Amino acid sequence: MGMQFGIFTVGDVTTDPTTGKTPTEHERIKATVEIAKKAEEIGLDVFATGEHHNPPFIASAPTTTLAYIGAQTKNIILSTSTTLITTTDPVLIAENYAKLQHLTDGRVDLMMGRGNTGPVYPWFGKDIRQGINLAVENYALLRRLWTEDVVDWQGRFRTPLQGYTSTPRPLDGVAPFVWHGSIRSPEIAEQAAYYGDGFFHNHIFWPASHTKQMVALYRKRFAHYGHGTEDQAIVGLGGQFFMRKNSQDAKNEFRPYFDNAPVYGHGPSMEDFTEATPLTVGSPQEVIERTLSFREYVGDYQRQLYLIDHAGLPLKTVLEQLDLYGEILPTLRKEFESLRKPGVPDAPTHASLVEKAGGPHDSTVYAAGDDATGTSDRDLDDPEVAKVLEGEL
Amino acid sequence: MTDVSTKKIVVVSAGLSVPSSTRLLADMLGEATEHAVAARGSEVEVEHIELRNLAHALTDNLLTGFPSKDLKAAIDAVHEADGLIAVTPVFSASYSGLFKTFFDVLEMGVLDAKPVLAAATAGTARHSLVIEHALRPLFAYLHAVVVPTGVFAATDDFGAAGGGDLQKRVERAAVELAALVAGPGGASAPAAPKRKLVEEEFAAPTDFADLLRRASEGPPEY
Repeated sequence: MGMQFGIFTVGDVTTDPTTGKTPTEHERIKATVEIAKKAEEIGLDVFATGEHHNPPFIASAPTTTLAYIGAQTKNIILSTSTTLITTTDPVLIAENYAKLQHLTDGRVDLMMGRGNTGPVYPWFGKDIRQGINLAVENYALLRRLWTEDVVDWQGRFRTPLQGYTSTPRPLDGVAPFVWHGSIRSPEIAEQAAYYGDGFFHNHIFWPASHTKQMVALYRKRFAHYGHGTEDQAIVGLGGQFFMRKNSQDAKNEFRPYFDNAPVYGHGPSMEDFTEATPLTVGSPQEVIERTLSFREYVGDYQRQLYLIDHAGLPLKTVLEQLDLYGEILPTLRKEFESLRKPGVPDAPTHASLVEKAGGPHDSTVYAAGDDATGTSDRDLDDPEVAKVLEGEL
Repeated sequence: MTDVSTKKIVVVSAGLSVPSSTRLLADMLGEATEHAVAARGSEVEVEHIELRNLAHALTDNLLTGFPSKDLKAAIDAVHEADGLIAVTPVFSASYSGLFKTFFDVLEMGVLDAKPVLAAATAGTARHSLVIEHALRPLFAYLHAVVVPTGVFAATDDFGAAGGGDLQKRVERAAVELAALVAGPGGASAPAAPKRKLVEEEFAAPTDFADLLRRASEGPPEY
């Protein structure tokens, strides 16, 4: 597949500064589905949604959203940006994403993040000062829940588990691929490197120097832990664009959204911010050139996601942006492919992970016999069970 | 043994008018410290940072979470300084918002164990305790080491009548700062403990085995 292209959303409900109109939650949730379907239609590889548990976001319950989108799409990989590994019980993450794997025939991966809304920690009974520690311990448990059928576990941040089996087991016996996302915490790059997982840098809203430093550390430590060469590490980047055929039209149309955006609005000028961060406001050609320049400071990478639906942009505009994205997509694919150094791995997919594991194997864990009868519903020697399975009862 | 390494003094001042009495006091303190450090046998370099020139960049940093190039250079200078002189005008009974913003955008740990001379200016002497009730607590929180003499200058102090007293305080504070900056330490003296900055973590990342151990240390939280 080579490099993957896609979009990521934070699911913000923001007033359109040009009309004063604010979508309802319902409109925004439905718009998110439309955007994801359109992403598949234009040939993108990945749709990722964030996770938030407070207004002005509609990004709670991400696997509900992704499953609904999965039911209406065929090819696109459903991912997260990010899954809150700090405040979400890893037992629930293990269940939810394994279930999503089965429902979508493996079109799932996820990105771990610590979140950026302070009060989410106390709302979910956690201490924000333990953010890194929670990310480290919870993920260690999550991996075991996916790779070991029966887990005995004791840790610091959740109640112990004895003889616990997380269900369903991962599809084909292969856990979803995991990316770790962090803007400025070297510990998270270290974590991704240690496990040989992917590392994703949000990239947007921040100077390229942050991205370069984090990716360099991840690559170096990936090699240190023996997963391959630095070039073989799995890197993803965010990006942000607003395109029109005519560069000046893009600037004029996007400026009010930029000036009032929740994250960076009322601060630096759009010109300063586009220079300091990957935000590109201009023609399709400018977006192509800017995107190709990312590899100059992170090396060849596997996944490029763009944020295109924030700051109150109406659905119609977002869909137009996707049409333009679709138009430059073949060029982006071709150019990145031609620049790519030999030996750089493709982006991992369920299929590639299954192949690496030596082929699919069903990993269903059948229940043991219950204490009262000593039988289980899979005990074919039990005539009662046989009757059930044959449809007689 | 004479310390031959050049000591770097950074003077951060938050005056708004040009010329400003805050800058005037900053100059006096910078010069006096230069002499006091030199008198201890060290080479010394003094750099002035006027926050007025960084006012936009500081606001942008509050909103975006990262500094512009110029602001980054100023923060780095403060981080690398052997001693800091911080001078603010008194606005509404405290340091000015501009002054505070600069210290708000510093990463935790930048001022750890940093020798600091705190100074302030105001229209009248009625604000003279501002150093004790506003500046010292701020620098204590930031883990800096503030010299005993704070220098407060009311407008009158710049007049001929009171000028002599101000100059005396300036010199006393400068000598105190110089003692911390270029005092007898020697190579074997243990450095004061400092929090690890992100840049330092990049340079020497903590091994994941340590991160795992750290995560599970402490009593269970459930």
